Amino acid sequence: MGHEKIMGHDIDNTGTNPLTGRRRVWKEYQKVIPSDKYFYVRSCIRQNIFPASEVHFLKIMREALGKDVYENPHHTTCSGIGYHSDVVPLETSMTIVARQFALMAEAGYENLAVSCITSFGLYTEFLETWQHFPHIRERIAEKLYRATGRELVLPKCVAHASDIIYALRDEISQKAKYRLVNKNTGEPLRIVEHIGCHYAKMFPSKGVGGAEYPCVLSGMVDAWGGQIVDYPERRQCCGFGFRQYLVQANRGYSISNTKKKFDSMEPYHPDAIIANCPGCPYFMDRWQYVIAEMEGKTYGENGFGIPVLTYEELAGLVLGYDPWDLGLQVHQTSVEPLLDKMGIEYDPSQKYKGLDGKDLGRPEEPRVLKTELCPHCL
Amino acid sequence: MIDFGYGITRSNRLNLDEADLTLARKMARREKSFGTCIGCGTCTAGCTAGHFTAYNPRKIQLMILNGQTENLKEDLEKCMLCGRCQMLCPRGISLRSLWSKLYRALDAPHKTPSVTRDIF
Amino acid sequence: MKNIVIIGAGVAGLSAASILKEKGYDVTIIEKKAYDGGNVASWDRLFPDSRRASRLIDDVKRPLGDGVTIHYDQSITSLVKMKDGRIGVKTDSLETIHADALLVASGFSLFDAHLKEEYGYGIYDNVYTQADLESMFNAGKVLTRSGDAPRRIGFVHCVGSRDEKVGNRYCSKVCCVTAVKQASEIKQLYPDAQVYCFYMDLRMFELPYEDMYFNAQKLYGVRFIRGRLCEAAEKMDKSVVLKVEDTLAGQTMNLSVDMLVLMAGMRPASDTTRIATMLGLHCGKEGFLTPVDTFSRGNETEVDGVFLAGTCTGPKTIPQTIADARSAAICIDEYLKKRKK
Repeated sequence: MGHEKIMGHDIDNTGTNPLTGRRRVWKEYQKVIPSDKYFYVRSCIRQNIFPASEVHFLKIMREALGKDVYENPHHTTCSGIGYHSDVVPLETSMTIVARQFALMAEAGYENLAVSCITSFGLYTEFLETWQHFPHIRERIAEKLYRATGRELVLPKCVAHASDIIYALRDEISQKAKYRLVNKNTGEPLRIVEHIGCHYAKMFPSKGVGGAEYPCVLSGMVDAWGGQIVDYPERRQCCGFGFRQYLVQANRGYSISNTKKKFDSMEPYHPDAIIANCPGCPYFMDRWQYVIAEMEGKTYGENGFGIPVLTYEELAGLVLGYDPWDLGLQVHQTSVEPLLDKMGIEYDPSQKYKGLDGKDLGRPEEPRVLKTELCPHCL
Repeated sequence: MIDFGYGITRSNRLNLDEADLTLARKMARREKSFGTCIGCGTCTAGCTAGHFTAYNPRKIQLMILNGQTENLKEDLEKCMLCGRCQMLCPRGISLRSLWSKLYRALDAPHKTPSVTRDIF
Repeated sequence: MKNIVIIGAGVAGLSAASILKEKGYDVTIIEKKAYDGGNVASWDRLFPDSRRASRLIDDVKRPLGDGVTIHYDQSITSLVKMKDGRIGVKTDSLETIHADALLVASGFSLFDAHLKEEYGYGIYDNVYTQADLESMFNAGKVLTRSGDAPRRIGFVHCVGSRDEKVGNRYCSKVCCVTAVKQASEIKQLYPDAQVYCFYMDLRMFELPYEDMYFNAQKLYGVRFIRGRLCEAAEKMDKSVVLKVEDTLAGQTMNLSVDMLVLMAGMRPASDTTRIATMLGLHCGKEGFLTPVDTFSRGNETEVDGVFLAGTCTGPKTIPQTIADARSAAICIDEYLKKRKK
């Protein structure tokens, strides 16, 4: 890089849109994301903690955008959660992952769409390892064959599901029923993005926008009319971190990390947080309740929390899906403040009704954190 | 014994001649990047555990070199093995590998990531 | 009359030219930029005595008079060692020059601070390089992006130097002293400002430098913190939060500054590899040109008639560069005298 370019960093206070700088970084980290024909692999935990996110990824892809996304019921856990908590050996994990790839090839697909960040990180890590250590790949291929009779075929592309929504963000924007705009003020909503650590921190070149300034989520927010909030602790871990959470003795790290992030973003008054990891939205959502109970501290307006959504839930809201179909009643931090700002129509009486219309039961009211804001729902 | 109202103070110095450097030698054999630290503190500045505790990856390496290993096991308990230290190190020290090998050397089996052993 | 071509009209090229002209040679300088003085041309004042960079360049240029031709805006397209021992030098718009000797004085480029993404150069409003700060000194105005006088300024040493992660393991030599100089200059401008220098090791290797360091502490109250930032982030008010360990106190800390100045290290100039390939010169693992022997033949190459001067062989201060260039000129003179016989 020549000296001139560095001197060209404008110090004359003209034309200094900070995005210019980010765009420059993003140019370095663009990956090929096919817009169609995916083999989808689900996460182990997301169906429990954000139950409708994966369904809505498929709905958005298949119904709203007319894409071909195939799911095979025989796919299993990638075993990443066991690998990272030291109960599944590396070779076992690799063979399990090799089997997922084999299933995809057998179904006639070349592009893998991964729901979970840990899985995405693991697939990426193994593909990199196999590239640099071919003898390991051969050994795993042999193990796969002996165990299942299947052949190891490497995918052409591994995309995280958020990569795909990012790639299709403008198509979604064109079909949007709601925008990330405060209907009362006309101002763009302030959204905090949180990227799962295993998305690009291990392999920056595998994430859209790299590790330091990823644009996979901020790109969506931009396209859908919102405004991204960059705050000092943006890059920090949400606090999940397998070792931090799985061992109860370490769980203090988890909540402390989350609190550190909330303290840092608080002055920006974010209207919502979106994340692309299974753990991050879960922890940022649930810990708000725990922090409130422990220290009486809340981060949203008037004693409420800051709504935390998965990117599929946000895309679903933008496309006009019913919030309760999107599973937003399962969030511990109420999403109603966001729904009201976006001007989304919803029926409060349906919040705790299941798909079959039966009552799901109401959660106990927290002592500190306020929930269910809207005036007509209390 | 007579109480004179004052005592004979023992040396507060580390006597490097008498320090037990077995662990330092062991680590130097097991991890070739051990001992190349220049003490810049980037690892500690970025350490997720160090943000909340006195855990200091920079200092741990020095304590091994000085043979001060009594409390090492307890110190290491604070590490969550996230690997940020390694990502940041300007010397390219394989810190995660160093910690793993250290757990093993200190016989702290519950923290030993055994699952990645020996594959390469 | 013997004809010598010099690549680069920086301090090294100009200094060598003045000696060679004095000795009666016909000297031509090829410069890729539109101006001479190289990197120094964009500097305001120089350590250790705060002389103007422009004055230094004038001083180096003065002896040249009209006797030396400088071709600006020229990029070298080919360098060929010919059978008669001369070197054919071709640029994009000049006729081929047949040189009896060639001096490579192609200099350095500053490390591209964008590459240390975690420091936010080009991303955050108030992250600058030392070169940006020199431009501000030159313009007589050191202000934050929003036009305010900075109250807290931080200097980060070793950005892109001594850093395995960007592939530059060497020390760039001049950045520590530059940081001390700039920290003191900031305090001259803003006596009430709080100035921090974040360093790994302070390399004050020449006679006057230690005094500069001493004065930075004594006269200007610059706070030297021994620690390297793990990251910088922007706050709502556009100040920059720094995360660092004060390694001497063993204490991790956060602090914010209104301006963060990155001391970008030295890289070989962008053309170095190209020039080396054309002539068959050796580049070391860091990308700088390697002379035959660093002790006794620091200006000579394995290629007959091709010589090296200045920072193309590694980071140097300006006095070292001038001395090196003069030494190269003497080598060239000796070489040409031997060839005549």
